Amino acid sequence: MQRIGVFVCHCGTNIAATVDVKAVAEALGHEPGVVISQDYQYMCSESGQNLIKDAVKEHSLTGIVVCSCSPRMHENTFRKAAAAAGLNPYLVEIANIREQCSWIHKEIATATEKAVILGRAAVAKVHLNAPLTAGESPVVKRALVIGGGIAGIQTALDIAEAGFEVDIVEKEPTIGGKMAQIDKTFPTLDCAACILTPKMVECAQNDKITIHSFSEIADVKGFVGNFTVTIKKKARFVDETKCTGCGLCTEKCPMKKVPNEFNMGLDNRTAVYIPFAQAVPKVAAIDPNYCLMLKNGKCGVCSKVCSVGAIDYKQTDKFVEEKYGAIVVATGFNPIKIDKYEEFAYNQSPDVVTSLELERLMNAAGPNGGTLLRPSDKKHPHTIVFVQCVGSRCEDEKGKPYCSKICCMYTAKHAMLIREKYPDTEVYVFYIDVRTPGKNFDEFYRRAVEQYGVHYIKGMVGKVTPKSDGKLDVQAADLLANEQLHIDADMVVLAAAIEPDKSARPLATMLTTQMDTNDFFTEAHPKLRPVESATAGIFLSGACQGPKDIPETVAQASAAAAKAIGLLCKNSITCNPCVASSDELMCNGCSSCEKVCPYGAITYIDKEFRMPDKTTRIRRVASVNPAVCQGCGACTVACPSGAMDLSGFSNSQIMAEVDAICK
Amino acid sequence: MQEAMIKRAKELLADGIVDRVIGWKKGEFSYDHTPAVFTSAQELDESFVCDDFTSANLSKYLVKETIREGKILAFLKPCDTYSFNQLVKEHRIDRDKVYVIGIPGGPKLDIEKIRARGITGILNVRNENYTLKIETIYGVSEMPFYEAISVKCESCKSKKHVVYDELIGEDGEVLDSNRFDMVEKLENMTSQERYDFWRSELSKCIRCNACRTVCPACTCEKCVFENPDSGIENKAAADSFEENMFHIIRAFHVAGRCTDCGECSRVCPENIPLHLLNRKFIKDINSLYGTYQAGENTTDKAPLNEYKMDDCEASIVHERGAE
Amino acid sequence: MQVNNNNEFQPLIVAFCCNWCSYAGADLSGTNRLNYPTNVKIIRVPCSCRVNPMFILRAFQRGADGVILCGCHPGDCHYTSGNYFTRRRMTLLFSMLDFLGIERDRTRVEWVSAAEGAKFAATMNEFTEAVRKLGPNRRLEDLRCRKQ
Repeated sequence: MQRIGVFVCHCGTNIAATVDVKAVAEALGHEPGVVISQDYQYMCSESGQNLIKDAVKEHSLTGIVVCSCSPRMHENTFRKAAAAAGLNPYLVEIANIREQCSWIHKEIATATEKAVILGRAAVAKVHLNAPLTAGESPVVKRALVIGGGIAGIQTALDIAEAGFEVDIVEKEPTIGGKMAQIDKTFPTLDCAACILTPKMVECAQNDKITIHSFSEIADVKGFVGNFTVTIKKKARFVDETKCTGCGLCTEKCPMKKVPNEFNMGLDNRTAVYIPFAQAVPKVAAIDPNYCLMLKNGKCGVCSKVCSVGAIDYKQTDKFVEEKYGAIVVATGFNPIKIDKYEEFAYNQSPDVVTSLELERLMNAAGPNGGTLLRPSDKKHPHTIVFVQCVGSRCEDEKGKPYCSKICCMYTAKHAMLIREKYPDTEVYVFYIDVRTPGKNFDEFYRRAVEQYGVHYIKGMVGKVTPKSDGKLDVQAADLLANEQLHIDADMVVLAAAIEPDKSARPLATMLTTQMDTNDFFTEAHPKLRPVESATAGIFLSGACQGPKDIPETVAQASAAAAKAIGLLCKNSITCNPCVASSDELMCNGCSSCEKVCPYGAITYIDKEFRMPDKTTRIRRVASVNPAVCQGCGACTVACPSGAMDLSGFSNSQIMAEVDAICK
Repeated sequence: MQEAMIKRAKELLADGIVDRVIGWKKGEFSYDHTPAVFTSAQELDESFVCDDFTSANLSKYLVKETIREGKILAFLKPCDTYSFNQLVKEHRIDRDKVYVIGIPGGPKLDIEKIRARGITGILNVRNENYTLKIETIYGVSEMPFYEAISVKCESCKSKKHVVYDELIGEDGEVLDSNRFDMVEKLENMTSQERYDFWRSELSKCIRCNACRTVCPACTCEKCVFENPDSGIENKAAADSFEENMFHIIRAFHVAGRCTDCGECSRVCPENIPLHLLNRKFIKDINSLYGTYQAGENTTDKAPLNEYKMDDCEASIVHERGAE
Repeated sequence: MQVNNNNEFQPLIVAFCCNWCSYAGADLSGTNRLNYPTNVKIIRVPCSCRVNPMFILRAFQRGADGVILCGCHPGDCHYTSGNYFTRRRMTLLFSMLDFLGIERDRTRVEWVSAAEGAKFAATMNEFTEAVRKLGPNRRLEDLRCRKQ
């Protein structure tokens, strides 16, 4: 026989002002199985909880219904109170009579009537609650970092520092990411390579870190503490273990007309290449789209010159499977394609460049050896126009609705560097707003204006037209002076919006994590859990979660590492006990449940059964891994025989609630 | 046909390739054959039958038969092979334990259609050049063959066997059956007219469970209607949930799995057109999620076990054909 | 079904809400004091895909006049794919009920996020009014097998 206690909370006047709490307690006291029904001012308070604990002991309660605020608020509080009194915490049900009743209804009579019905449904459900025990599952003490930019590098270094093994999977032949392409960094103007490359080397040398370069994630299975990941190691046609990175092959390769992606296609590389001098791992790769040997079997020069025999034209993609306890996503960003912005003549003139292209043009390791020259005629530019917000804060479909955050600062940096190096060059910056919050950021921007004399003009560039004399006619509006401007520019630099890497969306599907409409990964809570995804065991590092500059990225990378380390430190984790399970006697073995399970938690086993006629029969039945199941219940509806049920939200429990409400 | 089948069955038994044969057994009259398992040449000679009245789908029986030891020979008509495949896909039939011989399909006859002509006391029915000679205790009556064919054969969906180990006779093609005509007709009625139609049909139901018993998709170890934990089993209450919802729940349970074999309507003693409920689901699935034929193969995912990101919203039901 | 003092028909509405989005959306409409009728009674489920068509049929059979199912927006399911299955299941179920002559406005699926308190309240107001106009749910009550 059930002995149920009902506890009705006043929540001060939050509930009591609109719901007659005494009448609710009185009415629910008459429900079957209810042995005590009380009201109290604040059930969640210490004394309120003591009231519940005492009642559990005094009346030997087998179930508790608390009529109070939303279970999302205090379900855990009351579960803990029940557990403290020796009652299984899952024998507690909440009737939400605040958010769903007192706060939205005005008339006391109808609100009270509804509160009674909600309480009655909770009583009907708690009659069928079963004590549940949370299981435990072990944690694999190894982390995976997806993406080897500064975010991934920092996260990996921090996790390794804490003593855990960590693998970096990077899709390019080298780690380093976008930061490796950047010339100088704001607001200190130190050289990006000088601060990044030591960290890259540290990754290579740390024996806790394994770098899978030129690799992608092919498949993710499992769950927090126990992920099984298939890594696709793309064929680079060079044996990583043999290549010494001497670079002889890249010198001798006859195919020299391959657009160099590291320099944003502003110069060429060879078909066999090392992306840049400081690449980690410093191992060559052959581009199969251009290699003459791979395309038509005629060449083989690199193989001949390689003294260690590292070239392997027959190499194929390899798949390796690894187990991890935690996964950190650090897939980063890319500038958007700006072909659609015809008004800026990007496709018409080589002298219209994006900011990232400008980084390469100014970089000592770039196509011009660090001297800023116009791409069209290699002459020194005297007038440069910067256009902000190209595709950022954009309301139409061409661009992105959000602010890309980093453009104001890097443009100030570019302007300042140009004025510093080439004082005879006039620099104009067209902006909607200048957004420079951040430590020493606004001071940096003001220096560009005040000390370096950069012309900041509030207004948008309407049109860029290449002229016959090789100059660019920039038509723009100065909103503050309220006048139309024409500037004869030698170069135009577009601050293209940034967007998440294209690999993020399919990765999110594999990881079963959420993304927003812009394909940025969604954090578990925008304020309080900013580096965790809603999926347990998956953490977010860097610009994959939203636009970020380097200091922010590094801060978040370390934060994600701390969260991952917190998980890896545990030997086991507690699982959610509200999981599905199959009644083997009723299971048909039809596989419907398996097909709808998003976690792969259901497998099939052949099991021997004693039949009523004393024979034995081997039957195929579903088996749910409670550590993997997250308790969504998709399988319970897919199951035609009703063999699959969900603890905490069982068929009969929900039916009982329906019946109680519809009585 | 029948002779060829018996001959082949005897050979397979004699060669030890199969241990049993499932087919149809002569009834007391020439029109009441029932599915049966044969284990010897003698039994086959005595009572094996295959004629215009052997319309029962044998696939479902193989669920129980393949639990037993040994291999069984099954004669399957084209429509039965779809049910067979679907059951193999759902791991209900052990394919390795069945030797499938595909035989040509119907049209098969329905004795009720003859009786509906007021012909009673029927002793024997013979098909002479598509005219039925019906011997009764009152003499001989006649009617055209095609006016007595079973409802399920009226809109035959396929003469093609989707699975077999060998064939007796020729294989046919998938047909354009116009089988959704009646569903469409109902859809074009007003809501009130549809309601009146179904209330009058469903109120005939005596809850005999024949539809469930014969349905090849209803092979659950235990039906939800008999499972006390499902929350719907409610035998004792007179005003029960089951009484209202049996046919809706059953149709939903087999949605995406029903091959449209038509057995439910064939066996219904009250002649309720139950197959229309299943066909409604099939028609909706085809039009909303792409054409899908359950049992066509053993690999395709059932439409309710998959999804597309750009599936239509449920509100399509409210938007289409608003009255 | 109930009738209040003004003799206005008071429909009984059962709302199944997914724990992660719509239930939180309902909480938000409470926090923001956005009114919707007392006719609406919410049942919490972990995901919209937990809702078995049988629960909906049961509600109708026991006297509900309207049933609404709320879940996360497509693409935002806490369990990644639950609401996609819900969408197919409910589309087919509602279509079947419509085919049987049950008024199509008694059923609805609505995607309400945790941030859409206002949408939750507006949806419930609108749905309750739509069902109120239809009157008591008699058809499903009378659609039954013959008593033996």
